[in-house]
Amino acid sequence: MSEIKTAPSVSKSGKKAADLDVKPVYLESGIEVDPIYTADDIKDSDIQNEMPGEYPFTRGIHKTMYRKRPFTIRQYAGFATPEETNERFHFLIKNGQTGLNVAFDLPTQCGLDSDDPAALGEVGRVGMTVDTLDDFETAFEGIDLDKITVSLTINGSAIVLMALYFAMAEKRGYDINTLRGTAQNDILKEFIGRGTWIFPVDKSVKLVVDTIEYCAENVPKYSPVSVCGYHIRESGANPVQEMAYAFCIAKAYTDSALSRGIDIDDFASRLSYNFDIYGNFFEQIAKFRAGRRLWARIVREEYGAKNDKSCWLRMIAGGGGGGLTKEQPENNIIRSAYYALISALSGTQTMALCSYDEAYTIPTEKAAEISLRTMQIMIHEMGICDTVDPLGGSYYVEALTDRFEKEIRDEMTKVDEWGGIVNAVATGKIQESVSRQAYEREMGIQEGKVPKVGVNIFSHEEDPKPVDFHQYNEAAAEKQVLKLKKIKETRNNEVVTQKLEAVRMDAKADKNLMPAIIAAVKEYATVGEIVKVLKDEYGEFDEPIFF
Amino acid sequence: MKILLSKPGLDGHDVGVKVLAHALIDADFNVVYTGLRKSIEEIVSMAQKHDVDVIGLSILSGTHLILCNRMNEEMTDKALNIPWVIGGNIPAGDVEALVQLGATAAFPTGTRVIEVVEFFNTLNVQA
Repeated sequence: MSEIKTAPSVSKSGKKAADLDVKPVYLESGIEVDPIYTADDIKDSDIQNEMPGEYPFTRGIHKTMYRKRPFTIRQYAGFATPEETNERFHFLIKNGQTGLNVAFDLPTQCGLDSDDPAALGEVGRVGMTVDTLDDFETAFEGIDLDKITVSLTINGSAIVLMALYFAMAEKRGYDINTLRGTAQNDILKEFIGRGTWIFPVDKSVKLVVDTIEYCAENVPKYSPVSVCGYHIRESGANPVQEMAYAFCIAKAYTDSALSRGIDIDDFASRLSYNFDIYGNFFEQIAKFRAGRRLWARIVREEYGAKNDKSCWLRMIAGGGGGGLTKEQPENNIIRSAYYALISALSGTQTMALCSYDEAYTIPTEKAAEISLRTMQIMIHEMGICDTVDPLGGSYYVEALTDRFEKEIRDEMTKVDEWGGIVNAVATGKIQESVSRQAYEREMGIQEGKVPKVGVNIFSHEEDPKPVDFHQYNEAAAEKQVLKLKKIKETRNNEVVTQKLEAVRMDAKADKNLMPAIIAAVKEYATVGEIVKVLKDEYGEFDEPIFF
Repeated sequence: MKILLSKPGLDGHDVGVKVLAHALIDADFNVVYTGLRKSIEEIVSMAQKHDVDVIGLSILSGTHLILCNRMNEEMTDKALNIPWVIGGNIPAGDVEALVQLGATAAFPTGTRVIEVVEFFNTLNVQA
């Protein structure tokens, strides 16, 4: 970080900190900010002639943005059993939520069944547990999949969970050719942060590209990958690195898909992004506006996309846990409202906020409702949807946006110098550097160099009261194990074995595994059984250790 | 002093454990990190193999009581008589129970890195 702190400031107008006798200010990304910006700072910028909804989309991907339809509100939720999750989904929809974002428990994320010894104590703890198709049938019962878009927060085992979703939809009579929805399915970021990787890096990328290819041909309205800067930032990356690493990852999937002969315009428009918001207000806004412009240029100039939609950076941008504090937890409600405002001013498509109690636990119902209301107040009371890109043309915002585009490009070049993102991740190069930054930031907070209200300034001796915790439901976990046992007894096990063998054969032949996995889940093969076959064939990731 | 840091269970949140590893290394401790998703058996076996003086577990998924119970059993089974400590997303109300299970210290949510480093410094004096 210190190496970019010497970078010159954005301003060209001579109104720098030293000229005005004020202290210099640096953003987290290392860029110096001037006290005053003027028309001089943006006189050469292309932004003067740019309209929202037009390439390169700095001002937004749609001409009328929220005037036509506000951003989608999609809070992360998913509890213990599919039955409980189904209840929570109906509660959220009744309260005006327009999309669902499903959280899965760790065994499901790591490809283990509820009855696996390694799953002990984890079943249904941080999200919904899924063993078989039966669980998806229960979780989505009574939910109109044409009206509510469902996002699956799943990565290592994503190909299996997507297969389950498509199989469930087909069984309920939906045509998957028109089915919408999103899977997170960004395995490369899991190696940097979040950690639910399973297979070696190259095989992991192969599985992601299988889903891209399958969706391009069969589920064209579904978004098979949501590339996540979010978790990279939460792991210690600065805002420039968050965007740069995410774009390098998206390019890795894109390059691999292109090498299979898929046309860029057949899948690029279905890639989406998941970004993080915390820290400096204007730095985040510039990050998104610059990112949107840069991604459009990459897709058009480097990949030759003809369709405008292929160039769109569609995103979920939400308030991140990294900015929230354990101290004075109610302050997190205020922080989240600012994060929501940043997200809206940055032209997001979908918004989610971390709830104020997330430093302690997964959100209680009350905390989740406050997050939902925060976004609704902004939409319905603040006039945030009236005008597109209301900060467009601001001397400061535009100058910073231009600067960010350059900084992100430079950071991407650095990754190329490390041998590309796949290599940088497999060797632990990026993990090492972001963890060092996380350490420096944490020490900055603890030493009072990075001000944090309620933590190192305006802090109390004691917190007056603890927040309520979401309680773990042990009985529900036991019920799930019993249900799995019953399914294993009643399904046609001979057919299941054949279908699992078919997955193995396709893996050996390096075919696209999606059709064989869909066929297997339809016979109630479990997530754990399918992942086991793939582990046999591909092996597991060997985590690079740098301590 | 040689410290084994580990992530037992399935939880992949490793920012905190890595921050601590950096802090301990900067404070001149010898740190061995196991990486993610280790079973309690693997952790105790690695502690023996590397001949460490103390084990630190980091758990953020809420399974700390279950896993520390296993830790207690495994340390007894393997007759490994070194201190072990736990940190992560630990409610303050669970600290007492974790100490009952054999943890020399349990660091609840919000513990400052400096306090943990200081703890190991003190442990060094006693050892």
